[in-house]
Amino acid sequence: MNINVPFDKEEVKKLKAGDYVYLTGTIYSARDAAHKRMYETMLEGGQAPFNLKDNVIYYLGPTPAKKGQVIGSAGPTTSSRMDKYTPLILENGLNGMIGKGKRSKEVIDAIVKNKAVYFAAVGGAGALLSKCIKESEVIAYDDLGTEAIRKMRVEDFPVIVVIDSEGNNLYETAIEEYKNKK
Amino acid sequence: MRTIHTDEIIKNVSEMCISANLYLAEDMDKKIRQAACEEDGKLGKQILNQLIENMEIAAEDKIPICQDTGMAVLFVNVGQELHIEGMSITDAINEGVRRGYSEGYLRKSVVKDPLIRENTKDNTPAIIHYDIVPGDKLEITIAPKGFGSENMSKVYMLKPSDGEEGVKAAVLQAVKEAGPNACPPMVVGVGLGGDFELAAKLAKKALTREAGSSNEKEHIARIEKEILEMVNSTGIGPGGLGGKTTALAVNIETYATHIAGMPLAVNMCCHVNRHIKRVL
Ligand code: SF4
Repeated sequence: MNINVPFDKEEVKKLKAGDYVYLTGTIYSARDAAHKRMYETMLEGGQAPFNLKDNVIYYLGPTPAKKGQVIGSAGPTTSSRMDKYTPLILENGLNGMIGKGKRSKEVIDAIVKNKAVYFAAVGGAGALLSKCIKESEVIAYDDLGTEAIRKMRVEDFPVIVVIDSEGNNLYETAIEEYKNKK
Repeated sequence: MRTIHTDEIIKNVSEMCISANLYLAEDMDKKIRQAACEEDGKLGKQILNQLIENMEIAAEDKIPICQDTGMAVLFVNVGQELHIEGMSITDAINEGVRRGYSEGYLRKSVVKDPLIRENTKDNTPAIIHYDIVPGDKLEITIAPKGFGSENMSKVYMLKPSDGEEGVKAAVLQAVKEAGPNACPPMVVGVGLGGDFELAAKLAKKALTREAGSSNEKEHIARIEKEILEMVNSTGIGPGGLGGKTTALAVNIETYATHIAGMPLAVNMCCHVNRHIKRVL
């Protein structure tokens, strides 16, 4: 399935755990340090450095790009470290997250409540995934180095829906399904 | 007495950091390809094939296999008849890491203080484990370690009465908890015996042993095989999305221990289990 990013809530609702999706459009990178800073800014009444509404955040800290490259190796980092900050970010309109690994109950509840979606990209496939990133520009928190916020244009970026807007969780169902099949 | 200059160490460490991050060690490459052929989970197979493609792109375009190019962990065996000339060996190793991570466009993932968290911007300091050994050689193993998997590692202070079953149950529990966070297929490094900190160090060292090799003690080799089977019947699979390839290898290293204890450490590693060795 191919979808354009950003996407609206109607699109979110169509996505089901287990769907294999190719994303094309604009996404933003943010990981630990950027989340902490965004979160603290928002708690103090400030704004995130880009409009969260309808957007998708990729939990990513790439390797540096060499001359002539758009970006270095660019695979997902473990999402659970963002769990503390995620519910507030979802309340501010974010529609999707790309990472790898389990999410907390609070995050899953917030995904259902705000109608959002959690995608996984293949962990450890940073060289492959970098090829789907066509443009990349640091737009905030430059001082954080690899953890800065980047605006990126992606084409056919491969992800799998792990937690959908109804709270179905592929990490639980896929293993059961595989075992039952046996 | 043989003499080696620290310039030699700097140069080799720097090259090894780059090489380890661009080309997966042969044993791992072989294991992943074999697993891709045998995997019967639908998503699992697809993911393993993507990992193979990823390795090929990394090698061809000289892009790191994974964006987490790790903290540089080194095991250094210093021959007791070797004389090292120049600067301090630790400074030389760190200089090699600094150059490798900068010249190789590798990610700088080290913060100076665990709480203040300011990036050192050159991926130093490295974590260096020295051993003094017979001979006049310097043997350096570098294992850049990613933290997605490192964070899922565990130390258990088991009781002697927990026995073999206790060891197996604890490793299995650690693998289940790690699940998709450790980027399966994993390599599971196990340190058994010694004391609290030696068990953990042995677990890390176990990860540098060739995937698919066995411990030289017969009963430990058997347990390695049995745990691997248990882990691969959890169904976690590649990416944690179902399949039989949850781990590519379980490597156990042991040491003598106290009559009252049985320390066990499980060091999780992902399929990007980087290790490279040179003897100078
Ligand atoms: S756990 Fe391994 S494969 Fe996954 S992101 Fe970290 S270093 Fe890369």
